[in-house]
Amino acid sequence: MKEKKMAKRSTLKRYIPLYLMLILPVAYFLVFKYGPMYGISAAFKDYNIFKGLSGSKWVGLKYFKELFSTPGFFTAIKNTLILTVGDLVFTWPIPIIIAILLNELANEKMSKVVEQVTYLPHFLSTVIISSIFYQIFAPTGVINNVYTSIFNCGPIPFLTDNNGWRITYWLASIWEGTGYGMIVYLAAISGINKELYDAAYIDGAGRFRRIWHVTLPQIRPTIVTILIMNTGRIFSIGFEKPYFMRNVLVEEASDVISLYTYRLGLQSGRYDFATAVGLFQSVIALVLVLSVNKIAKKLGEEGLF
Amino acid sequence: MANTYDKKYSPFQIVLSLFFILIILAVLLPILNIVATSFSGREAIAMGKVGILPVDFTTSAYNMVFRDKSMLRSLAFSVFLMLVKTIVSMILTILAAYPLSKRNLPGNKAIMLMITITMYFNAGMIPNYLLIKQLKLINTFWVLVIPAAITPFNLIILRSFFMSINSSLFDAAYIDGCTEMQTLRMIAIPLSKAAILTLSLFYAVSRWNSVSDIILYVQNTNFYTLQYKLKLMLDTINIPYDEMDVSAREIVAENFKAACIVFTMIPVLVIYPFVQKYFRQGVMVGGVKE
Repeated sequence: MKEKKMAKRSTLKRYIPLYLMLILPVAYFLVFKYGPMYGISAAFKDYNIFKGLSGSKWVGLKYFKELFSTPGFFTAIKNTLILTVGDLVFTWPIPIIIAILLNELANEKMSKVVEQVTYLPHFLSTVIISSIFYQIFAPTGVINNVYTSIFNCGPIPFLTDNNGWRITYWLASIWEGTGYGMIVYLAAISGINKELYDAAYIDGAGRFRRIWHVTLPQIRPTIVTILIMNTGRIFSIGFEKPYFMRNVLVEEASDVISLYTYRLGLQSGRYDFATAVGLFQSVIALVLVLSVNKIAKKLGEEGLF
Repeated sequence: MANTYDKKYSPFQIVLSLFFILIILAVLLPILNIVATSFSGREAIAMGKVGILPVDFTTSAYNMVFRDKSMLRSLAFSVFLMLVKTIVSMILTILAAYPLSKRNLPGNKAIMLMITITMYFNAGMIPNYLLIKQLKLINTFWVLVIPAAITPFNLIILRSFFMSINSSLFDAAYIDGCTEMQTLRMIAIPLSKAAILTLSLFYAVSRWNSVSDIILYVQNTNFYTLQYKLKLMLDTINIPYDEMDVSAREIVAENFKAACIVFTMIPVLVIYPFVQKYFRQGVMVGGVKE
């Protein structure tokens, strides 16, 4: 008994240096990731800049009630969902299709080039990507020049019409995300046992049947995992992309939750109300991830956690 | 790769190749068009003559970019910031990943849970801003380094890398009397060089490209990175629509805008061919679940 205790103590001693290493990183998470969680209480208080959080008066659910009677909030939610669901609809299947087709390409040199080139836009910043799209989709940009000269008509308002702008936004997502999205599928496909293909081939399965009965079932876990992750994200639209893509003429379509929070909180100084908006978004996003994950598990898939 | 039983020049393969050539063009043409525009004369641009080759070749737009000393200054600052941020992030990530790669470390699971939660729940923009304000970090250099110092995703990648190292190596080091710090320095880090390099690149690129923290936390022009500078440049050129008619506005500065974009893009385009394979590896390692 005593020996065991001694042994335990000596191993604990062995862990001390490990705990010392963890001090800074754990402090980082506590301060910068959990610290703001205290600030969430601003959503339930009449926030006073001079008194700070603790000195401000508790008002309960006031801002949430206000939220649901503010038309701007619903517009922001609608806009967010249009953009993110569109992103999901396009950026989820396209990388899968292209990765599968790439797997059918016999010319290996070419498939390498395709991978490397399509991956490039992922490394460009949002500022650059939106500037590029503003240039080429402008009324006098290259796309409209080609279009107007072929069809002999006026330019398409890609940047100034609500729907045109949404299409531009989705195209930017596709342009940026396809190559990056493909990598994980290509990795999954390259892990498939070659014998499965040979067996299918010998059994007389054509190209389509090999894709349908070998490739797709083998990469299904990856497909599902990515779908869960992307679906979980439809409520948490980023800040940078809509911020840089928007312009004065499409405000009706570009005012998404993140920009709404930014405008109310940091530009109009309504910290409390904006915190409530942000909290609503975070909670819904979390609920989404958890439920999609649960549904996936119920359907017999692996899930994220 | 290529689980195909076709001959290289079968009709299907030819169609497929054409399809992929189209895809490559779809990715590259927008970039080529911007580069061509930046070297073209203003009239040619206004008349819509510029495709993928410059028309009326001129470097006047670039002369304008380089004449602006603040642009070069902010290039230097961006590089400096990127280096500092990458080093800080890497040190913290290693310090977290190594102890957490020891499965039997008491508290390991709890700390991992604490870290994983932050991947799925974020307090939101305003609470983050209030915290930064309270810590008096607004308008400082460190606000661009510390708040995003550790990316949980990168931490998890490195942790699983450390876990995959043969544990007998660590046991041998322990028996030989190595301290944990020595083991980390002499065994864990050298054996995970590829992963560490990849993650450094992840951190470097994300710092290079990210602008939102500057928009939210910084008003000091000394701390404007090249990306933000580009945004400001384009904003000042984009005089609001109602003050000027659209076509006049575009003739003014189309090639200058393009030159600014190219100038900001060059650093990434130059290093991309050398680093892209590491990124691919990194993403694949990240796909490995525990």
